[in-house]
Amino acid sequence: MADPAIAIVGAGPAGIRAAEALSRHGLSAILVDEAPKGGGQIYRQPPDSFQGPASSRYGFEARKASALHLTIKRLATAIDYRPSTLAWNVCNGRLDTLCAGRGESVVFDILVIATGAMDRMLPLPGWTLPGVYALGGAQIALKYQGCAIGQNTVFLGTGPLLYLVAYQYAKAGAKIEAVLDVNPAHAKRRALFALASSPRTLAKGIYYRASLGTHGIAVEEGVTPMGIAGTDEVRDVHYRRGSVDKSVRCDAVGLGFGLKSETQDGESTVSGVYLAGDGAGIGGADAAELWGERVGLSIAARCGRRHDASRIAKIDRRLARLARFRAGLERAFPLPLLGSTLPDDTILCRCESIRVGQVKDAIRAFDVVEMNRMKAISRVGMGRCQGRMCGHAAAELLAAETRQDLAAVGRLRGQPPIKPLPMPWPGTP
Amino acid sequence: MKPSPLAQHSTDEAAQPRMVRLIEAERARLTFSLDGAPATAREGDTILTAVLTARRYLAESAGGEDTRAGFCLMGACQECWVAVDGTRARACSTLVTAGMSVATGGHFTVG
Repeated sequence: MADPAIAIVGAGPAGIRAAEALSRHGLSAILVDEAPKGGGQIYRQPPDSFQGPASSRYGFEARKASALHLTIKRLATAIDYRPSTLAWNVCNGRLDTLCAGRGESVVFDILVIATGAMDRMLPLPGWTLPGVYALGGAQIALKYQGCAIGQNTVFLGTGPLLYLVAYQYAKAGAKIEAVLDVNPAHAKRRALFALASSPRTLAKGIYYRASLGTHGIAVEEGVTPMGIAGTDEVRDVHYRRGSVDKSVRCDAVGLGFGLKSETQDGESTVSGVYLAGDGAGIGGADAAELWGERVGLSIAARCGRRHDASRIAKIDRRLARLARFRAGLERAFPLPLLGSTLPDDTILCRCESIRVGQVKDAIRAFDVVEMNRMKAISRVGMGRCQGRMCGHAAAELLAAETRQDLAAVGRLRGQPPIKPLPMPWPGTP
Repeated sequence: MKPSPLAQHSTDEAAQPRMVRLIEAERARLTFSLDGAPATAREGDTILTAVLTARRYLAESAGGEDTRAGFCLMGACQECWVAVDGTRARACSTLVTAGMSVATGGHFTVG
C-alpha cells in the first residue's frame, strides 16, 4: 500500500513536532503555515532585520524556541513545507490554499489541524477604541516588532499571559500604569496544589508576578472592569474594586482573558482528521509539542511503521501531568461572566459595530434560541472575523436572554473562506 | 528597572505616534507611500507598525463608523485590512517594502 498523503495545517509547536515525528518514520507531510517563518505565535520568529538573541525575545523559553526553530529549518528541506500560505477551506479530502495571490488545492488522505490559540476575548464598553489591543497582540508587538502598544499601558483581563506580558513590557522599558486582574488572589491560592504539578512553570509565574511589584507596578486583583473611556482613542480605564469606583489614565490597553482554540472547536469526529496542540484544546506550548509528536506517532503506526509504544506512554504521562496544571490555571484564572452584563450600547461585534442592545432586540423579535440563527438575524458572527472576537460573549448573551445553558445555544459554524481572501482589483495587472 | 525610553518623548500626547519602538529600533530605513504622502519605515516593520509609529490610527473600520488601530495583531480579527498596490493586505501580517503604496481610507471602495 502506498503511503497516504498527509497534510498539516499550522507550523507552531504542535505542527512542527507532528511533521518531525512523521519524518522520523519515513513519512513526508505537506506542512502549510500562514506565517512566513515557523514557530507559531508563542515562538514567532521576527523578520530578518532583527538580529537580537533568542533570549531577549523568548526569555526563559529561549532554549525551547531555538530547538523548535532548528527543527523546522531542518525539516524545510526534507518535507513539503509551505510558509506564507493560508489554508482557507477544507472539503472532501482537499485543502484549498492561497500563497502570494495564487490558489492551490492540496489533496490529502490524512489531515492534522494544528492551528493554535488566540486570545479569549470579552467585549467591554470602549473596546473598539484605537489603543486597545488583544493581550497576545501586545506581546507580538514587542517580540515580533520591538514595539510597545502605547506610551502608557494598562493590562486588563486575566490569565498567566497578563502577568507575563506586563513583565516583558516592564523589562523592555515600557511604562505600565496598572495590571488589573478580574480574578481575586484567593482563586490563585486555591489552585496552588494543582499548579504545583508543574513546579518550574509555577515558579516562573510567581517570578513574573513578583517582579512587577519590584518594578513598582500597581497590580490589582479581583477588579470588575466597567469600561474603557475616550472619544477618538483610549484615555482611561474604569473599574470597580469592592465598592470603590476607580480609574486609571492611559493611552493603551492590553486586554485578554486567557486563550482559546483558533478552530472554535475541540475534537474531530472525521476519520483521518487529527487535531493537535492549542487548536484542539488549550494546554500550552509544552503540551502542544508533545501532542503534535503524539499525533505524528499515531499516524506513523496507522501507516504500518514501527509502533513506538514506550515513547507514546511517556508522552501520555507528561500530557496528563500538564493537564493537571492546566486545570489549576483554569481554577486560578476562570473566565468571568461579562457577556451577559454589558450595557446595551456596548459594541459586541467589532467587525460591523453591532451593539448589545441590537442583538437583544433581534433575539426577542425573532425568538432566537440558537447561535447560527442569531448570526443570520443580527449579523453577529457574520463579519470578517467570523465571530472569533465576539463569539463567546454573543453565546453568553444569547444564553442569558433565553435562560439556557451556554452549551445549549450551540456555536457559530465557520464558513469558507475561513479568513478573507484578497483579490486584485479589476484593471490591475 | 532601567529608565523608560519613553521619558525622552515630548509631553504633547497628541503629536506622538501610537506605538513606541523599544527594542532594535535603529534598523535600516525605507520609504513607502502612505495615503499618497511619503512615509518612512524600518526594515522588518509590518505595515501596521510603520503606520502606528508615524500616527495614532491605522484605518477606518469596515463599516466606516470610526477609526481603528489594529487589535489582535495575529491575523485573527481581520480589522487591519488596508489597500496595498492594487490589492488588499492585512497590515499586521504584511511587511513594508520600499516603494509600497498603502491606502487606509474607505475599505469598500477602490482607491
